[in-house]
Amino acid sequence: MNALQAIQATNTQRIDPEPPLLRVRNLNKHYGRNLGCGNINFDLWPGEVLGIVGESGSGKSTLLNCLSAKIEADSGEIFYTDQHGETVEFRALPESHKRKLLREDWGLVHQNPRDGLRLRVSAGANIGERLMATGARHYGNIRLNAMNWLDRVEIDTNRTDDMPLRFSGGMQQRLQIARTLVTQPRLVFMDEPTGGLDVSVQARLLDLIRRLVDELGVSCIIVTHDLAVARLLAHRLMVMKDGHVVEHGLTDQVLDDPHHPYTQLLVSSILQV
Amino acid sequence: MTYAPHEESGYNFAYLDEQTKRMIRRAILKAVTIPGYQVPFAGREMPLPYGWGTGGIQVTAAILGQTDILKVIDQGADDTTNAVSIRRFFEKTSGVRTTLKTTEATVIQTRHRIPECPLGEAQILVYQVPIPEPLRWMEARESETRKMHAMAEYGVMHVKLYEDIAHMGQIVRSYDYPVRVNDRYIMTPSPIPKFDNPKLDNMPALQLFGAGREKRIYAVPPYTKVVSLDFEDHPFEIQSWDQGCALCGANDSYLDEVIMDDAGGRMMVCSDTDYCEQRREAGHIGPMAAPYENTEAAQ
Repeated sequence: MNALQAIQATNTQRIDPEPPLLRVRNLNKHYGRNLGCGNINFDLWPGEVLGIVGESGSGKSTLLNCLSAKIEADSGEIFYTDQHGETVEFRALPESHKRKLLREDWGLVHQNPRDGLRLRVSAGANIGERLMATGARHYGNIRLNAMNWLDRVEIDTNRTDDMPLRFSGGMQQRLQIARTLVTQPRLVFMDEPTGGLDVSVQARLLDLIRRLVDELGVSCIIVTHDLAVARLLAHRLMVMKDGHVVEHGLTDQVLDDPHHPYTQLLVSSILQV
Repeated sequence: MTYAPHEESGYNFAYLDEQTKRMIRRAILKAVTIPGYQVPFAGREMPLPYGWGTGGIQVTAAILGQTDILKVIDQGADDTTNAVSIRRFFEKTSGVRTTLKTTEATVIQTRHRIPECPLGEAQILVYQVPIPEPLRWMEARESETRKMHAMAEYGVMHVKLYEDIAHMGQIVRSYDYPVRVNDRYIMTPSPIPKFDNPKLDNMPALQLFGAGREKRIYAVPPYTKVVSLDFEDHPFEIQSWDQGCALCGANDSYLDEVIMDDAGGRMMVCSDTDYCEQRREAGHIGPMAAPYENTEAAQ
């Protein structure tokens, strides 16, 4: 093999892409006669952050809930490629497999941290729970890991044994993120992760999420109505309206050169300070 | 025909009607085949309030035969209100022989203790259970706890233990200590002290658990593996005392603290009254045993 061939070989290897982590095909969900979300198609690649934006009632949360198995979609397919490179159709999996995936491979960050935390057990135990659920049985290691994560989300480790009930909203949200990421999931769903926080706290949280996502290389699907959040975090954007995806592309492209009238409206509605 | 007091009482043998007993026996059989699994059953209204042992009584009534010898204990004692009432209930409605001796009994209904004296294959231990669901503390929804059992998702059980160690430096849970049965189901052993947990493991006797309010029956068949939950670096431990029983001197039994006066006087005595009595009859004497017992034992 000469040098040129060697370069070509490595090149083809480099071009040859990993399969997408998640492939969603024709996903539909109706609430009675009303459309929740319809005909959703997209791919999510490893390490990619996908933003889903749109106004309230546009079907963003419905889509996220369908993907994270909180509600059952009416039709469509969700293909997931696991860490062994095997592709499974998520909706056809038996419930035990689904729950195992949700517990070990996937994570969900709720808009309201109270939905995702156990408020009456200590912060350390909140982080440790997912570890214990995946079989960790060494108290010292669990605790060390929990404190390490508290540190990573900028919560003072002397709050390890305090209940999240006594935490501020921003701290609760950061704790929820630590609790979700501690098992190093491959795919994280975030529903309005900065909702209900004041702007300075939002900014720090966004920095934190961006850093962690980058460090861990997890794939993310972030639902938000806040285009600033989308611009900061997402590589690609999906704009939803009335249950359908109306525009789809790289974040900068969608935000700087919106094509669909609704996206144009959305982008122009941001207050320029 | 021999004298049968239950006929005079006007009730069917052992209070429950035969169809109800068959229903409960079916639940028991299912429970025995799936160790640690909570089997729902159509619990009946019993002539005593929930929380006083309605579940245990129904199980006992369903398994009791005319030749059985029944012992009832409450916190280890044969002479407390609950034990006396339930023993009298079955004397009246079934006419079976009752006993205070652990070794003599074929069916032992218990609240909060396992007898100190090891049980044999010919014996059945019936527990009264207030809350049969070990996951209830972490998860309030029954639909969810059932799924967690079905899929053996038991990570949350350790969260409670973690909390104990984080706040107190050790696992402080001292009774109703969760166990894993036959490497599968997590089970609450009813509020027995954790001192008794090792006795659950590999016991020759059949163990049946009845929860009346929650209408659940579960079982540990003879010679079944029962492991108390713990952490690798905080292994399961049972209670220990720095003194023996004040009456019989036993160092191997579960001790109750009895306050003697207003000046701080106290004594530690066996909670298992039968065990204590047997030992004293055999001549074992503790530091606070009554003097006349010495002479009795000597005679």
